[in-house]
Amino acid sequence: MKQLLIFVRKEFYHVFRDRKTLLLLFGLPIVQIVLFGFALTNEIKNSKIVICDYSKDVASQQIIRQIEASNNFEIEKAIWSQSQIESAFEEGNIKMVVVFPANFNNDLQHLHHAQIQVIADASDPNTATSLTNYVSAIIRDYQQEIIGRTSMPLQIIPETRMLYNPTLAGATNFVPGVMALVLMLVSVLMTSVSIVREKEMGTMEVLLVSPINPFLVIISKAVPYLVLSLINLAVILVLSVYLLGMPINGSITLLVAESTLLIFTALSLGLLISTSTNSQEGAMLISLMAMLLPTMMFTGFMFPLENMPMPLQIFANVLPSKWYYIIVKSIMIKGLGFAAIWKETLILFGMTLFLLQVSFRKFKIRLA
Amino acid sequence: MQEVVIKTDKLTKRFGDFIATNEITFEVYAGEIFGFLGANGAGKTTAMRMLCGLSKPSSGQATIAGYDIYKETESIKKHIGYMSQKFSLYEDLTVMENIRFFGGIYGLTNKQIKEKIKNLAEKLGLQDQMRKLVGSLPLGWKQKLAFSVAVIHEPRIVFLDEPTGGVDPVTRRQFWDLIYEAADNGITVFVTTHYMDEAEYCNRISMMVDGVIKALDTPANLKAHYGAASIDEVFFELARGAKRSAD
Repeated sequence: MKQLLIFVRKEFYHVFRDRKTLLLLFGLPIVQIVLFGFALTNEIKNSKIVICDYSKDVASQQIIRQIEASNNFEIEKAIWSQSQIESAFEEGNIKMVVVFPANFNNDLQHLHHAQIQVIADASDPNTATSLTNYVSAIIRDYQQEIIGRTSMPLQIIPETRMLYNPTLAGATNFVPGVMALVLMLVSVLMTSVSIVREKEMGTMEVLLVSPINPFLVIISKAVPYLVLSLINLAVILVLSVYLLGMPINGSITLLVAESTLLIFTALSLGLLISTSTNSQEGAMLISLMAMLLPTMMFTGFMFPLENMPMPLQIFANVLPSKWYYIIVKSIMIKGLGFAAIWKETLILFGMTLFLLQVSFRKFKIRLA
Repeated sequence: MQEVVIKTDKLTKRFGDFIATNEITFEVYAGEIFGFLGANGAGKTTAMRMLCGLSKPSSGQATIAGYDIYKETESIKKHIGYMSQKFSLYEDLTVMENIRFFGGIYGLTNKQIKEKIKNLAEKLGLQDQMRKLVGSLPLGWKQKLAFSVAVIHEPRIVFLDEPTGGVDPVTRRQFWDLIYEAADNGITVFVTTHYMDEAEYCNRISMMVDGVIKALDTPANLKAHYGAASIDEVFFELARGAKRSAD
């Protein structure tokens, strides 16, 4: 145990002495998040929306007044048919339609729940999310207000529909993608390079001649990069929540746990790479070619997987980041729990075990 | 009767069809400086790697400090020190951090390490350099430091793989002073080298050609036996028939 501490301390010296790499490691995620944040965030003001009020009662009027009061919208009141709404969207004249069904107040008073339909043009996903979030917030406020007045549990359910882009590809896709990319980059690249460096420098031999268990060497290599990756994860999450307004709908604990699993997968991949090459350049090249590029191409955050030819879609399955990406989207955006992602988790777990086993075996062979 | 600390019996390492070391048999006595000579590619490093437990022999037997190299590698590791051909300290760590790290992995207590740091600083004249990065030191100092670190845990035997490559003659002389000092303290020194003048400093030397030990004796006896004026000439005499070209 004491020896592990001695080793880990040494690894931290290596990491902190290498200022340039350290700067790159922490700078990279920040730059990516900020760049995309500014590229995609636009202040939403005076967006043109249409309100179709079929009920025209006290409740609907009050909500509409609230919507008018905010300066985010330019409102037109009209009763439009489904086809009118669609053509208006297609011409790009309007951003959102809010529909109050007939008997809105009636339903609310007697059935204790009523629905409002919110349809948004999600071809610009950021705007669409923001607009529907504004309206949902206004509706929620109103609901709180009337619950305060009556003893009845009243419910208004905004039914949101995203037209043209139901999964909201965009910033919400980008953040989980950057998370996958950065975690993979730090863990795979840095682990493999730092192990190979010991071989290149000749210090690995000295360690192997010493009474130290070789696996202790490997484990202590992993610790600093695990810590660095978790710090990076925290930075990405803080930036995406406060800068990009990205929600974390699910459990943060689950998100961190799943990210730790991906870090372990990546660390074992880095270990495998380090056993198959003897030079730092080699390790870097393999890491970049075998990991970074496929992660960018085939994870699904840059190019939708569904549009790729079948062989490439099948190939994407071997990438840990693909599964992690699904997991993160499920937790952050859809707010799902472990029950929804146990399959993906199991796949990542299996990959980690497999990689560890292969690399430990290769590591042993090299010792012989 | 002298105590035997390294004993090999027909130790062999094959890589496919290539026999790197072929049935080498020799003994090294406690406290002696044993020179392990040979041209590049003669099989010195392979033999040494087997003795250190870095490489498994294909056949043959050997004991190091009384421990079997197949079954008791863990015990062997506690009783040997090793300095590799490449410079083997961490360049991005300070002198002190290096000493602390290597002392630590050999299980020295903090108190012992503190004492070692003090002694080494005095002995090597490094008092002012302790907090400097090892990478910033001149090569000569680095080599001396690497040797001191290799014997920090006072091993029975220290293996030196071409320790003086690329160092100037003055530093080499100083380096050998350190080796003598270690031998005086009862540490057996097993050293490979290219430099034939260094061979003269050894108590006994062996000469390897094409994976086989061709000669093994004191430098004086070897010179007398081959009627040569220097070890250099002995080596030429023996290595002339070598089939393996250098590297």
